[in-house]
Formats: sequence, C-alpha cells, structure tokens
Amino acid sequence: MRRVFPHPYLSLTLVVLWFLLVNQWKLGSLVMAIILATIIPLLTSAWWPDRPRVKRPFALAAYALLVLWDVIVANFQVARIVLFMPRAKIQSAWITVPLDLKSPEAISLLAGTITMTPGTLTADTSACGRALLVHALHAPDPDAVRDDIKARYESRLQRIFE
Amino acid sequence: MTPVLDTALDLALSAVLVGGGIFALVGSYGLLRLPRPMQRLHAPTKATTIGVGAALLVSALDLLSQSQISWQELLITLFLLLTAPVSALFLAKTLILRGEADANLPDTGTGKPWATLAPEHSDP
Repeated sequence: MRRVFPHPYLSLTLVVLWFLLVNQWKLGSLVMAIILATIIPLLTSAWWPDRPRVKRPFALAAYALLVLWDVIVANFQVARIVLFMPRAKIQSAWITVPLDLKSPEAISLLAGTITMTPGTLTADTSACGRALLVHALHAPDPDAVRDDIKARYESRLQRIFE
Repeated sequence: MTPVLDTALDLALSAVLVGGGIFALVGSYGLLRLPRPMQRLHAPTKATTIGVGAALLVSALDLLSQSQISWQELLITLFLLLTAPVSALFLAKTLILRGEADANLPDTGTGKPWATLAPEHSDP
C-alpha cells in the first residue's frame, strides 16, 4: 500500500477535489478520480519524501478560519495604504523570522499565511530552512511584526504539527 | 421566496459584488502607485484575493437561492489561496536574484545565506 499510495491523505483529497470539480455523482468520475489519486502522488513523491503528521486536524480547521478572517482584515489595511498613504511615508522593511517549526509542511503553511495576511510577504528562506525572509509593506516597528507572526501563527502551527 | 425577499437578496449580493470589484481595482491601482518593485507585489497578492473571493461568494449564494449547490466556487477559492503565495514567492525570489529587491537584505541569523543567493547545489 505504501508504495502505491505514498500519500494517502493526498490521494483522498484528490478524489474529493475531483468530485467537487465535476459536481456530479457518476461511476466514470469515480474511476477518473481513482486514476488521478494514484498517478499524481506517485509522480510527485520524489519531491515530497516524508508524510506530514497532523496531530490536531480540528485545530487546523480553526487555524484556517483565523487566517480567512485575517485575509479580509489584510485587504482593508493594504487598500488603505495603497489609496491614502503618501508614498514617502510608506516605511517598507525586511524582517528575518527565525523558525522554531521543523516540519516542511508547517513551514510552507506559515510562509503562505504570511503572504496572505496583513501587509507582509514571504520572499525567501535561508539555505538551511531555519529562517524566513519577510517583506513588510508598511512596518514602522519590524520587531513587533516578527513577534506577531511568531505568536499568532507559528505557535498555533507548532501545536498542530509538532 | 417572496418578491420582496428576492429583491433584498439581489441588492445584498450586488453590494458584495461591487465591493469586491472595488478591492480588485485597488489592487491594480496599487501596482501603478507604489514606487518600488517589492512594494508592488503586496497589492495584487491581497487586494485581488478579496475581489475574486467576493465574486465567487456571490456566484455560490446566487445559485443557492435557486436551490442549486455549486462546489466549484469553493474550489476556485482554495486554488487561489494555494497559488497566490507561491507565485508571489517566485516573483520575490526573481527580484532578489536580479538584485532589484534590495542591496541590503537582513542577515538570516542562521549562519547560512538566503536560499536564492546561496551557491548552487549546496546542501541545506
């Protein structure tokens, strides 16, 4: 089983996604879904050798809701900066966020969260994967942004994945 | 549904649609207005998400009011949340590699360089 389905959760997700995509229940769709759920994980397993361990799936759902809310807030904040703040007053800053997270899946999720939420954007990781380079659109106090990212998102992800 | 409720729902949905459209416009306007390349990246990654999100929400709710359930809107939202950070990361890495982001990036604090600027094929 392990060799045919290297990522069972990914396979399951692909089946569900395919049915949502075709939007109807048919036997043909199920066959296609199973074909995709077998081929895609096999083809991509070279780049994803380990299985992610999600310790608290419900906390992950709560995290998704928190991020969704923050995305909405982020939109208002960025819109205000874009529309009303004089160009000279926009203080952009680079921020190094040292990581306590170790799981690659959790780090990817954190990087994605940073990009989608208030005025920050993940630009790079360090070569060893122990720090993220974050660009903030308007951050008069870069250290506060770093602490906020660590307290609001990283600590939650740590509880979910590690 | 009664005609009054129908009209009220239509008005509410239209308001969300127009609101989302304004955000999408602001995102594009940000591309024009913000002066530096890294700053310009911020506008489309965020303001556009809510623009598309609002359009999809209205589409799903409108179908729901005709007692049809459509899951594709949920999927588009999901794909958008997956792809927007990745494309933004690629653009940022390109800017860093071409030296258009900033000459003075902060230190990683780990003793290793940033991945984009690291010598090729170096093991992490």
